[in-house]
Amino acid sequence: MCLAIPALVKSIDGSEAEAEIGGISRRISILLTPEVEVGDYVLLHTGYAINVIDEEEAKETLKLFEEMALLDEPEG
Amino acid sequence: MKFVDEFRNTELAKVLVNRIRRNSKRHIRLMEFCGGHTVTIMKHGIRQLLPETVEMLSGPGCPVCVTANHDLDEAIALAREPGVIITSFGDMLKVPGSHSSLQRARADGADVRVVYSTLDALQIAKENPEKSVVFIGIGFETTAPTVAASVMQAKKEGIANYYVLSLHKLCPPVIRALLELGEVRLDGLICPGHVSAIIGSRPWEFAARDYGIACVVSGFEPLDILQSVAMLVDQLEKGEPRVEIAYRRGVRPEGNLRAQELMGTVFEPSPANWRGIGVVAESGLRLRKEYHEFDAELCFDFDPGPTLEPKGCLCGDILRGVKTPLDCRLFRSTCTPEHPVGPCMVSSEGSCASYYHYGTI
Repeated sequence: MCLAIPALVKSIDGSEAEAEIGGISRRISILLTPEVEVGDYVLLHTGYAINVIDEEEAKETLKLFEEMALLDEPEG
Repeated sequence: MKFVDEFRNTELAKVLVNRIRRNSKRHIRLMEFCGGHTVTIMKHGIRQLLPETVEMLSGPGCPVCVTANHDLDEAIALAREPGVIITSFGDMLKVPGSHSSLQRARADGADVRVVYSTLDALQIAKENPEKSVVFIGIGFETTAPTVAASVMQAKKEGIANYYVLSLHKLCPPVIRALLELGEVRLDGLICPGHVSAIIGSRPWEFAARDYGIACVVSGFEPLDILQSVAMLVDQLEKGEPRVEIAYRRGVRPEGNLRAQELMGTVFEPSPANWRGIGVVAESGLRLRKEYHEFDAELCFDFDPGPTLEPKGCLCGDILRGVKTPLDCRLFRSTCTPEHPVGPCMVSSEGSCASYYHYGTI
């Protein structure tokens, strides 16, 4: 039940939005994320956006892993 | 970036595994609380990648699995009430109660409908004004705000035939209860990612402060789990247990304040009965007085009958991390996904279902 998947917000209409997941569009509620903007990714759970995904943080996390990979290289 | 594939990169997984193997010296026990984390761990064979010094246990973070038989019986009794349409998330349908299940009640003629969202349940209520539509409210703090939003919408739009049977539960109180029970020595906790997206990371601080447990809030992709294990190993090797967020793209320390506000407007904490653990104070949610007209528990006169527990089922012990599905005599013999004895085999996030589908290690 913790399942929430990233969805791209394509348009907003009051307390609802059109979101795209894997090429499929669906209508979702943004009552829990009123600050969301078109172009944001949200975490979608049972038809509601529960949080806006922080793209900067996602990039930072991946960058961190890649830095670890570089540190690893001399050890093979 | 689509936020999924990037976090399944096998090259980066190797880097994280190497880091864990390099740093891990002492034997430590980590619990992943959330059923969603158990699925990722089993599906991607993460246990096999970890060194022997890191032991993983699964916890009670599967809302379907921890629903007590009595509560399931209530849902089934409601299904049998005349004029009632039950709306529920799919997982609940096959879970056996004391004598029956929602699916069997449906086969016997009850109107039970699977919904993806409370939005669907509200729509069913609008389309069937002569019926009473009861939504079976299962889920932790990830789901409760969505149910709260639906109740507020029902109030605003005057949808008087919409009801919620609130079986919602809260995570931090049950973690505290488990730590108090002290049955299993735990060193670290992989904290549920989407619950924390709602409540933030601060509610976990008591575990580090009062029990010395290392805590990392984790996402659900394989790299997320490995990163969280690496961070837990670091904390424990340094002897500095605290709460950290690994899932920074999804969780802020303060959480989602709007969702918390909605949840607090509609619900208040109440005692809740957790399968395998018993009644834990302030660990459930019930509708506040102002929303009593939507409370299925109060608005219907129904009798769930006497509660029976399934014989030989180890779900309770498995949920507390004391046993694994492999310890259960019924696992894979009498208890399978097609013929489940207990909820851990039914729910897509249940330990037994994960072990069954993804292997026995």
